Formats: sequence, structure tokens, C-alpha cells
Amino acid sequence: MTAAFRLPSGGVIDRSRTTRFTFDGTAYAGHPGDTLASALLACGRHHVATSISLGRPRGILTAGPEEPCALVRVDAPYAEPMVTATTVELRDGLVAAGLAGRGRLTGAPDPARYDSVHAHCDVLVVGAGPAGLAAALTAARAGARVVLADDQPRPGGSLLGDDASPAGRWAAEAAAELAALPDVRVLTRTTAFGHYDDNLVLALQARQDPPARRVWRIRARQVVVAAGAHERPVAFGGNDRPGIMLAGAARVYLRRYGVLPGRAITVFTTNDSAYDTVRDLERAGAQVVAVLDARDGDLVTGTSGTERITSVRAVAADGSRRDIETDTLLVSGGWNPAAQLFSQARGRLRYDAGLGAFVPAGPLPAVRAAGSANGVFGLGGCLADGAGAGTRALEALARSAHPVPLPPVPREDGPRPARVLWSVPDAGGADEPAFVDLARDATVADVLRAAGAGMRSVEHVKRYTTIGTAHDQGKTSGVLAAGITAGALGTDIASLGTTTFRPPQAPVPFAALAGRDRGPLFDPVRVTALHSWHVCRGAKFENVGQWKRPWYYPRPGEDMETAVLRECRAVRTGVGLMDGSTLGKINVQGPDSAEFLDRVYTGMMSTLKTGSARYGVLCGADGMVLDDGTVTRTGTDEYLLTTTTGNAALVLDWLEEWLQTEWTGLRVHLTSVTEHWATIPLAGPRSRDVLAAVAPDLDVSNEAFGFMTSKETAVAGVPARVSRISFSGELAYEVSVVAWEAIAVWEALLKAGVAYGITPYGTEAMHVLRAEKGYPVIGQDTDGTVTPQDLGLSWAVSKKKPDFVGKRSFARADSTRPGRKQLVALLPADTGRLLPEGAALIGTPAVPAPPVPMLGHVTSSYRSAALDRTFALALVRSGRDRIGQTLYVPLDDGSVAPVTVADPVLYDKEGARRDG
Amino acid sequence: MQLLTCPWCGDREEAEFRYGGQAGVPYPADPRALSDAEWGRYLFVRDNPAGPFAERWVHSAGCRRWFTAVRDTVTHEFLREAP
Repeated sequence: MTAAFRLPSGGVIDRSRTTRFTFDGTAYAGHPGDTLASALLACGRHHVATSISLGRPRGILTAGPEEPCALVRVDAPYAEPMVTATTVELRDGLVAAGLAGRGRLTGAPDPARYDSVHAHCDVLVVGAGPAGLAAALTAARAGARVVLADDQPRPGGSLLGDDASPAGRWAAEAAAELAALPDVRVLTRTTAFGHYDDNLVLALQARQDPPARRVWRIRARQVVVAAGAHERPVAFGGNDRPGIMLAGAARVYLRRYGVLPGRAITVFTTNDSAYDTVRDLERAGAQVVAVLDARDGDLVTGTSGTERITSVRAVAADGSRRDIETDTLLVSGGWNPAAQLFSQARGRLRYDAGLGAFVPAGPLPAVRAAGSANGVFGLGGCLADGAGAGTRALEALARSAHPVPLPPVPREDGPRPARVLWSVPDAGGADEPAFVDLARDATVADVLRAAGAGMRSVEHVKRYTTIGTAHDQGKTSGVLAAGITAGALGTDIASLGTTTFRPPQAPVPFAALAGRDRGPLFDPVRVTALHSWHVCRGAKFENVGQWKRPWYYPRPGEDMETAVLRECRAVRTGVGLMDGSTLGKINVQGPDSAEFLDRVYTGMMSTLKTGSARYGVLCGADGMVLDDGTVTRTGTDEYLLTTTTGNAALVLDWLEEWLQTEWTGLRVHLTSVTEHWATIPLAGPRSRDVLAAVAPDLDVSNEAFGFMTSKETAVAGVPARVSRISFSGELAYEVSVVAWEAIAVWEALLKAGVAYGITPYGTEAMHVLRAEKGYPVIGQDTDGTVTPQDLGLSWAVSKKKPDFVGKRSFARADSTRPGRKQLVALLPADTGRLLPEGAALIGTPAVPAPPVPMLGHVTSSYRSAALDRTFALALVRSGRDRIGQTLYVPLDDGSVAPVTVADPVLYDKEGARRDG
Repeated sequence: MQLLTCPWCGDREEAEFRYGGQAGVPYPADPRALSDAEWGRYLFVRDNPAGPFAERWVHSAGCRRWFTAVRDTVTHEFLREAP
């Protein structure tokens, strides 16, 4: 296709190079600097898309991001599911196709890179048109740190492509000066899409080669919104045909890209601005066949044409009608300040009856609008308003400003007042729909219907008609809808107001918001010092919080069940070892440590002797179990606490909170040492033999090294803390060494245990073993409504201490009422039946009619090697009174599994093995 | 994303902080002396004014220290931050 509508000169395109692209299967050519829209228009193509619900042909209405119609899908060089042709920069090999209102994600891998950057500045100027450049230059010359963001490939705004006038030259010089200043950052192709609290502005920057999107998070002390204005159309029947374009957009295509929109052009306007377009078009050689000025009573009432407009039906003030043959209709219904960011910042808008638009009512302390975004129109006014906004931003920062010389602009004739016209009369009853929101196929009739249905607020009309909810957020339709609604309700648009502007004001890919925080970088992955060993050994891992923990170590041919049974058997009959390094570990130091721990744990910790350990339960003030672990006294004024893996940070924060906010007089310091120590539980009847072999200095006899005591000694030549603590119910030790030495000590233990068949075991076996002993896991067997007494842990609650956190709540009526849920074991009648965790318990063999009275639920469920059967732990109403009773678990397949309630300790109730 | 002024670190983004509820609700000196109703009020009942409200905050992703801030619950504006 030849570029028949490209002028021989003009525009900011690179005419020395040709850019080939394909649209809807047809090959076209344009130039670097073109958008897809300008290149298509240069080739005479207006029809690019299909409307979303009516399937009508749609063209290109605008020249920017406010475009409601020209939605396209880009297939190459990299896929974008839904963008506007007016914002796609042309490049060689571009393949695109028109859309019918909505795109689809391709599902193909996305080659684009996404990232985010933080920036801080004194003054952020959004928009690099005349007002933005004047504001930025004023601020920058005063030495302020300035960020200037503009969505176009180069600064200039409405002056882009105007090289001839003094203002155009000034803009180019200002942009060059700003780019060279060290404390100024000029961001092109960057759309500020949201203003958030305390002047945080988010902007999306696009880059083509290689494809990339970057979200700028700009924290500015002052923001100047100089984002320009969006022209709005007028609603009339058939106002959606390709070839119908906003008048200002036609001027942009002419000046920025050297493109004529058509040969025989009709203009329909309510205001003076379209005459600038008329003048430029005629100067460029186009034929303007008619100018219909609504102020003279000339109106467009309809259009004709199949894939493009061919004629306009017009009515004059005297009622005479005529058809005008035309290939292009340019429309101007006035201009809406692009005050989205200002409004998001909670800036108030007021209705300007002269402009027929909502304009900023006045600056905020740290956000001000400038230029046409501030309701100031005309080049001279925009330049002066921009410079003024820069000066006032500096004043707010207590900096002095020097006036920046501004270029002379042609005297603007005394403007003729605009006529505010939302839709031509009877547009709601026209032969063809009169569209208000072209992106949503919503019409004047739809707005009238909404009003007729009783909608009285623009917010309700918006939701009833969907006007303003598309990708363009109603930039060309919102005020139109408000105006038509006001007319239908017989009220004043000023009191009706606009819908609320919310970020983002332009489409932002989710991938850009996610940035690098996806895949393995979505959340930190924590691994222990022994991780590489587990990987080499073929361990399957489970995620526990952010940790990767070995779940089980399958041997060749083993499934999970077989491997876990083997690991459990090894611990019960020989010896096993596991990586317990993820346990939270907190070092407590200070002369008041004992007093502090007495206040937060339910048990008495001040009476612990140095070198002794005790099981401890932490409760909230409400008496509910928060966490558990061991407390080891490592010195007169020093303790080592352990927490569950998932609660390590929470417990540290909890303890800090009490120290900092309640007991500020206690001399206690807390330090997380979780990652300092690698901890290796060594469990099983032969664990003593293994330990003895690697710790020659240690007397491992029961008399010298009893249960719940702790020793410092050398293990495999490495300084270690060895504690006789058991989470399996077996004779067991926990060996802690500095993380650096973990692998050496682990391997030494393995080597020493060869004769006893030492077996590494994972978290699943650990869970089975602890559940056989009825040891609850906080957060699995509890849910924040469970007291220590409910868990059968009354023995761990001190009767002697006058108070500790949670104690008073144990005496609350609810904590002592009968019928509380208690931790018990369940033995399925079918010894091979593994109950699903979370399953409900009922009292009858058949499920009664709803509401079904539930007695509790299964919290943990396993297959036990030691018991040679399945079993479960459960929280059951009055559970301990039900021991021996049969209850029932309804299953997904409709069957009901009978279970016997049992004491939670199913294995070695006397504790003989542990104490052996 | 609001900025909070940590008394020790200065202006930081709100995501670095954790909220700790109403300030000035001390742990009772002798919980045993309280009735169930009084203890329940300590546990569960807090003020909820529309306007300035003294709150506890902790700079959890920073210095991890607690401080008191007065915030207008209507405008979300922080009026004062102090250790």
C-alpha cells in the first residue's frame, strides 16, 4: 500500500528509512516515528477495529492513549493482547490485527522484561508539553531535583512537529537543556498512571528493543500535573463511522506525522480550537468542504457510509437540511482537562460552564495542575501557567525561583465563547445509534434509559450503562455521559459532578506491576546449611513458611508412603537423624531474662538450672496457645528458646513487643540465632551409641546426661551444644553446631551410625512420630481458639506463678465451660483407612439432615509403622470424656468411617523409651 | 503508599510498618483483681474514634522499634510520631 496521504514534508518521523509492517494480513509501510495509527492513516486506512457488542466498523478517533476505538492485537515482534493503535510505535516486522473490543492473552511465553525503579525528587512534572516544559525548566534552573515524565517518544507535547515557530524552537531547546542538567531526569514513553498517598506517583515506561516495561515509583515533594487535555466528541447518530476523528487529533497527525486524514474534509465544532485544524489542513492542501459550527446552529444529525464515512447529514439553524459528500468528519465538542492524577490526589474539580468541563478548583499543598490540564487554553496561557506552577512548587519547597524567558506566541484573537453541546437534539431517537462511549457501544439512548430506570447519580449511570469502564476509562465519554444525564434529569451538570477518578488512569500490564517479583523471586526461598546434601540425596522437599525442608528421602522405587514408613521404623528401632535447623532459635540475655521468661511462658523458667531445658508454651493474653518450644538455660542470665519453624519471626516480634511496650524496665535482649545454628536431631534407641562415637569427651550415660539437659562438647571435633530433647518419643539428642560446620558434623554422624542402619528422615516421618506421641503441632492441631488445657498440656502450666501472659484468661467462663474441644487421637475401625485432614466428626453412623451437628475435626492423620495402622489427631468437643466412644467421619465418597476416640498418646505412654 | 516518620529512622513507606492498635492500653497491674467483664474489656474492646487517635506502630521491616503515632482516622493523616 502506498502512503497516499503522507505529505511530502513535515512531522517528527524519519523519512530516510522505511518501516514495513502488516495489519490484518495486508502489508504496509511507514517510517520510524510513526504510530501504527499514523502509518495506517498515511495509507488511507481508517477502519481498524470492530465494536465490542454491535460489531460495527470502527476507526481511529484520537491520536493518543485516550483512544476508545482503535484496539489492536500485536502478534510480532512480541505479543501484546490488547493495545490501541494510537500508542503502538511502528517498527519493522510489526504484525498486528484489529480487535472486536477485547483481546486474549496468547499463553505464549512473554519475552519482555519487567522491572521497577524507585526515584525521589523535589518536583515531578507530568507532561512535557508547553506547560510541563515551562514548569520543569523553572524548577530545574532553580536547582531543584526534577523528574519530567511524558508518554511520547520525545518531549514537546502539542509543539511536537512545530519547528517553524519560536515556541516550537523554544520547546526543543528547553527539552535539550533539561536533558543535559544533572539533577533532572527526563522520562519519555512514560505514562504516569496513578497518584497515591504522600505524593507517590507510579509511571509506566515502555522500551521496545529489547521489549521491556518498567514501573517508576516516584516519590515527589511537589507534583505538577501538566498532562494536557482530551478533546471530546459530540453524540449524534452514526458518530462512530471510520473516518470520523476528533479535530485536534487530525492536527496531531498532520503536524507530528505529516499525515492528512482525508481529501474532502468536513468539520463539526462547538468551539474555536477546530479552526486551528482547519487552517493547518488548508495550508497543507486538504480540501475542507464544510465547517459546521454549532454556535451558528449548524449541526450534524447523521452520517452514511459502509466501512467509512461517505456523507454527512447536516441541519442548519433555519431548519434546512443538506447532505455533504465527505471522506472525513472532524469533530470537536470542547476539551476536558486531563486532571485524572490531580483528582486521584483528592484535588477538587469544579465545573466551568464556559468550557463545559471539570477543571481543578485550585492547587493542593503539594499537587497543582498546569496548562490545559488546569483549564487554561491557548499556547501563551499554557506557557505562563506552567512557569507559574513551577514557581509556586519552588515556593512550597522554600526555594526562590527566577522567571524563565518564554517564547513569544502569536496574539490569540479574542476567543468566541464555546457552545456546550453534549449531543445533538433528538440524538437518542436518531435512525442510527448516537454513541457516548464507543469502547462500550453505549449510546445516548442507553443513558436516557438509565435515567428512566431511576438512576440519579453519575456513578449509577456508569454502572448501568458501563460508560467509562473500558480500557480508556471514559476519557472521551465520561463528561459527555454526565452532561446527557444532567439533561435527562433536568438538573445541572455542576451539581451532578463526575465519576471518581481512580488509578490506574491508563492500562498497566499486571506483569509490569509484578516486575521481577515472580517465579523464584516471588518470595524468598530459605534453605538450611545442609540443603545441598538433601538435594544430592534425592530428598523431596516441602515448603514450611519460606523454608525448603526435606519431606522424605525416597530410595529407588519407593513411593512416599513406603519411604515414610521405612524412616519411621528406623527411628523406632535403630537410629535416624534429621535437619532441624529451621526451628526458630532465640538467644535471650540479660539479668532479667529469667523474670521475663516467667512472664511470657506458661511454665516456670526461672527455676531451670544452667544446662537444663524445659518444654514451654506461649499463650496470648487471651489464653490461646501461640507457640511452643523448648527453653534451655545456657547461663545464669542467658537462655536459648526454640520456636516452631513457621512462627520464629512472630515469636521474636511478640517477645519484643512486651519488652518494648509493657516491661520497659526489664534488662533483656533478644537475638534471633535461627540461621546461626544448624540443628540435627538424632533419634532412636541407638542414638546414644552414635553420639558416643562422635563425642568422645561427653559422658553419654543416662546418669550423667539425663533427659532435658544440655551439654557443650565437641562433636566430630566441632564445638557443639547437645541437648537431650525428644520430639519423637525416642531416646534422642539435638546436636547444634555453627552452620558452617553443619555438613561435616552431619556426615560424621551418618558415618558413626552406619553399623546401626542410621537413616535420614524428613518432616513427614517427624510428624508421624510426634503424632504417635500425641505432641501437637501449633498451627496444625491448633487454630487460635485452643488453650493449653484443651491440648492436655495442663502439666506445662504453672500453678505457682501469680501471673503470666494468658493466665487470667484461663479463668474466663468460656475457657472453663464444659464442651470445649480437646485434642484426642482417633483410631479408624478400618485400620487401613487414612482419614482426610480437616474432615468433620459427627455422632451418628448416618449423616443427619442439615444443619449437621459437628463434634470436631481431624487435625493430623497418618499411617503408623509402629502401630501398624492408620491413626489421627482431632479436636473433639469434650474429647477426653469421649475416649472409647465411636464417632463417625463422613467422607467425600458418601461413605462414613467409624472411628474410636483414644488418648492422644498412642505409643509408649509411660515414656520409658524417651527416658531410657 | 503513605509515609510514616519512624522516630529513629525518619520517613519510611507504610509497608515497612505494622499496626499495633490503640496506644495507652497497659497490661493490667493485677489481672486477678479484675472481673471477667473488666478483663474482657482489656482483651477485646478498643476505642474507634473518627478523628485523631493515638496508635502503636512498629517499624517491623526497619529498626523493629515500637512507637506511638497520632493519626486522624478520617483523613489517615499522621499528626505526630513519638517514641
